[in-house]
Amino acid sequence: MSDLLTLNHLRYTWPGSTDPIVLPNFTLAQGERVFLYGPSGSGKSTLLALIGGLVKPDQGEVVFAGQHLESMKGAKRDQFRADHLGIIFQQFNLLPWLDVRSNVALPCHFSKRRAQKAGPLDAAVERLLMGMGLESALWSRRADTLSVGQQQRVAAARALIGEPDLILADEPTSALDMDRRQQFIDLLFEQVKLSGSTLLFVSHEKDLAVRFDRQLSLDEVCL
Amino acid sequence: MNLIRLAWRSLINRKFAVILTVITIAFSIGLLVLVEQLRQEVRQGFYRSVSGVDLIVGGRTSPVQLLLYSVFGIGSATNNIDWATFEELEGLPEVAWAVPMALGDSHQGYRVMGTSKAFFDAFKVGNQESLSFVAGRPQEVLFDDLFDVVIGSQVARKLGYSVGDSLVLSHGTGNVSLQSHDALPFQVAAILAPTGTPIDQQLYVSLQAHRAVHVGWESGMQRPGAGLDTDRARAMQASLEPETLTAIFLGLKSRVAVFGLQRRVNEYRVEPLSAIIPGITLQELWKISGLAEQILRVVAVLVVITGLLGMLTVLLTTLNERRREMAILRANGARPYQIATLLIWEAGLMAAGGIGLGVILAYLVQWGAAPWLLDRVGIYMGLEWLAPWQWGVLGIIWVAGLMAAAIPATLAYKRTLADGMQVRS
Repeated sequence: MSDLLTLNHLRYTWPGSTDPIVLPNFTLAQGERVFLYGPSGSGKSTLLALIGGLVKPDQGEVVFAGQHLESMKGAKRDQFRADHLGIIFQQFNLLPWLDVRSNVALPCHFSKRRAQKAGPLDAAVERLLMGMGLESALWSRRADTLSVGQQQRVAAARALIGEPDLILADEPTSALDMDRRQQFIDLLFEQVKLSGSTLLFVSHEKDLAVRFDRQLSLDEVCL
Repeated sequence: MNLIRLAWRSLINRKFAVILTVITIAFSIGLLVLVEQLRQEVRQGFYRSVSGVDLIVGGRTSPVQLLLYSVFGIGSATNNIDWATFEELEGLPEVAWAVPMALGDSHQGYRVMGTSKAFFDAFKVGNQESLSFVAGRPQEVLFDDLFDVVIGSQVARKLGYSVGDSLVLSHGTGNVSLQSHDALPFQVAAILAPTGTPIDQQLYVSLQAHRAVHVGWESGMQRPGAGLDTDRARAMQASLEPETLTAIFLGLKSRVAVFGLQRRVNEYRVEPLSAIIPGITLQELWKISGLAEQILRVVAVLVVITGLLGMLTVLLTTLNERRREMAILRANGARPYQIATLLIWEAGLMAAGGIGLGVILAYLVQWGAAPWLLDRVGIYMGLEWLAPWQWGVLGIIWVAGLMAAAIPATLAYKRTLADGMQVRS
């Protein structure tokens, strides 16, 4: 398995802070499902911002799909993120005033690469919604009329559309109850497998970790 | 879904604030368009009313006053003209036609003009159109009977007269007249076709009839027992010579002669006269009303600015609550400039909606005001399509709206860069 993402000797200081965050080494292999244990305040947001190319490291390199993010210009980094990254947050993932379908289709309007990979958009959207276990009666409803659990599944479908190389899931299940958590992860795994994407799942819920290919803790990653 | 559609959906989500903003802009645009359209239409209407006349002659007075009372029935004459002057002017070689005008009576608030057959033959309005009739006896025999009255189309419509109806004239030009010429009733001989000018708002009798109803009224009141009855008046018809006129309309054989004749009339020795070229006097009138128009324009522009500021306020106040929205868009691949563009599009859609609605509003008001203007000053106002330069101005206003939106857009841009994909609180 080749490496999708490598972080090497990274060092980053948030504006206004004096303590640099250091990430000596971090690697994700192609198609890997990685559980990253990280309670809040452990450098998680720094790691995600660096992977997402939202901030430039002071030192070190971020190699994503063979490209050096740290030397890219802002606009190019934005484009790269749009093309290669699908993101799921803890909650408030969806544009509340947009219907479910349009929410899922959103990334394809900002990335030609993902639009091309998705093929006919309506079909791709519906396939993913179905794959995430959302019945068709919900598809045309406004996103904010759905339950939190349903919204998280829509968010997952959206992250998966156009088969991005990496799915970043930042505490996607922490707003769900136990049964729904397992169900969500089952569905997510299935779809990640279908799209061939790598999954980085950040969570503080250790009991979920066993189901992943590899388990990491942020304090091993960040210094 | 492109950014415009996304902007549209986002606007729909905040429809109440958006509708109010659009209405505010629409009112301001409506005012702006209306002021401009009314100005043009009123000017055109006035011009239509006098375009067929080369010179108007009256007793010595100011040109604007002469124009207003002779053509538009606004104000009244201070001096009359002698009949001999009319005969002299009519006989001049450069004069193609002369129409006399004797005022002094009214009928239910409409002005009665004593004139001659020449009025129907020679008078032109608008684009050199002759007067025509919708009903009545042949044009050649009008005024052959002393008590023929020809009525304008608005008079016929408003008062419900048809040919053969009988009516009496009132002494004086006020709306309510205490004295009427009851003894000498007139019969409607013909009804003029509408012209969209003050001609529609008048009644026309012969100069002899005008003279006949005033026999015994020399002091301004009827001397008891001094008036004529219809039989005696008819018997006297041939000998009823007009004495004085209020104004004379002249048409010249060649327009080149206009200035020379105007000067000669103004220097006339026998009595003090004023001659005006209607087109030029209208220009003077517009100079007077120009200041008011400018003030209206400035007010309209200020109101437009207020409308755009209202839109800016709506965009700025929603910016905070939309912070999360922008983070979501950014996480899904939207570049900061695209998020800024989204706001610009929202402003663009609101401004375009306001401008469109405003133009419609202006047309509705014009459409509603047209009958009123027709009633009050006899000016017909058509619904003219906006001139290209007016569309240009509306375009500039739209761009100004986009530029106003640059402020929230820039703020959104900066915040998106600072917030990244997640809203830090």
